[in-house]
Amino acid sequence: MIAIIDYGAGNLKSVKNVLDYLNLDSIISDEPKDILKADRLILPGDGSFGYMMENLEKKGLVNPIKNFIKSGKPFLGICLGLQGLFEESEESPKVKGLSIFKGKVVKFGKGKVPQIGWNKIFLEQKSIFEVDFMYFVNSYYVIPKDDSIIATITDYNGNFVSAIKSNNITAMQFHPEKSGKAGIELLKRWLKC
Amino acid sequence: MLTKRVIPCLDVKNGQVVKGKGFVNLKYAGNPVKLARKYYEDGADELVFLDIIASYEKRKTMIDLVEKVAKQIFIPFTVGGGISTIGDIRNLLKAGADKISINTATINNPNLIKEAAEKFGSQCIVVAIDAKKIKNKWGVFVKGGRQSTGLDAIEWAKKVESFGAGEILLTSMNKDGTKEGYDLELTRKISESVNIPIIASGGAGSLESIAKVFKEGKADAALAASIFHYKKYSIKQVKRYLQKKGIEVRI
Repeated sequence: MIAIIDYGAGNLKSVKNVLDYLNLDSIISDEPKDILKADRLILPGDGSFGYMMENLEKKGLVNPIKNFIKSGKPFLGICLGLQGLFEESEESPKVKGLSIFKGKVVKFGKGKVPQIGWNKIFLEQKSIFEVDFMYFVNSYYVIPKDDSIIATITDYNGNFVSAIKSNNITAMQFHPEKSGKAGIELLKRWLKC
Repeated sequence: MLTKRVIPCLDVKNGQVVKGKGFVNLKYAGNPVKLARKYYEDGADELVFLDIIASYEKRKTMIDLVEKVAKQIFIPFTVGGGISTIGDIRNLLKAGADKISINTATINNPNLIKEAAEKFGSQCIVVAIDAKKIKNKWGVFVKGGRQSTGLDAIEWAKKVESFGAGEILLTSMNKDGTKEGYDLELTRKISESVNIPIIASGGAGSLESIAKVFKEGKADAALAASIFHYKKYSIKQVKRYLQKKGIEVRI
């Protein structure tokens, strides 16, 4: 069973729609017990960093997520679900992130904001990612302290980190569930890892 | 580098795609899910569905359509047409739409943009602006271009950005349906006045006209309806042409 975390925002259904399309059993839930029971966990997202963290706290989901990650089972973060893994974000100063990784989330300094549309991901290391166009909607991006977790980078008036990979954690700034066939293939590869 | 987007637009009436110029002589042109699927397979970057009746009673049909599309087409899609309340927006997003385009309602109630952006995030709020050139200025029109609002399109674009719009869907009422090319000057002026993406609409005709709206009009995305519906060009053809002209596209 794949659990998709419901924190009251985000286009949860679109992630579930892809999993349904692939005939996979999934559940959208805000119950800690569903998270702990799941074989795989997805933290999707839109909304703001502060809104997400506040709701994860309120629903008592912070520790279950951290425990799931510690268990070594596959975890997938999408968009805000990537950003939330870091310590802090310029979007919501003073709000503490899940702090799984050291580093912060900052706003694009150049170009139109948000970045909306298809952009190419380039590999920084061998993992489940392949060079391809993916669909992005973001005003912020992550700066990890530890370069070795960077899986892909993308150019938007300069390079930024578009995906990370560390042990059982895979997380991406773009939306694989909205990236057509390339996104579906990527999700399939994650489901096999 | 972020690629330029090519977006087919489907006008929907009673759950069916319609074709016609200026909302008259409408012909039913088939199943929207099927057509959307075809565009998706052909490489469309996004889709836009415009509900051209958009009465309260008919909204249910649109929601059913949105649910169907969301289950089998895995690229972003926008829904617009007659949306006037936070409740409308919420229902369509919940059904699976990625973005909502609001137009007429924002004129009398600009607060709707603010409220919607705060509740759902700017990224899913597209504000549609219908602009008509009068002398050397562009005015904002509503009701399919029939009613002037007295607003200046460039000033209004800056305002909707400040209210929290994530994108602007800019239609030239002078060019709409003419196939003689987009209004390049209008598009460029608005694109350079705001810091959010501009989707240019109205006037798509030749391949060159689409290349021009990116190069000269500085648009971030180009919307077209009839050239795709009448199979004048396929999306692939358009994108290959753009690529040849040095415009970055997803192929």
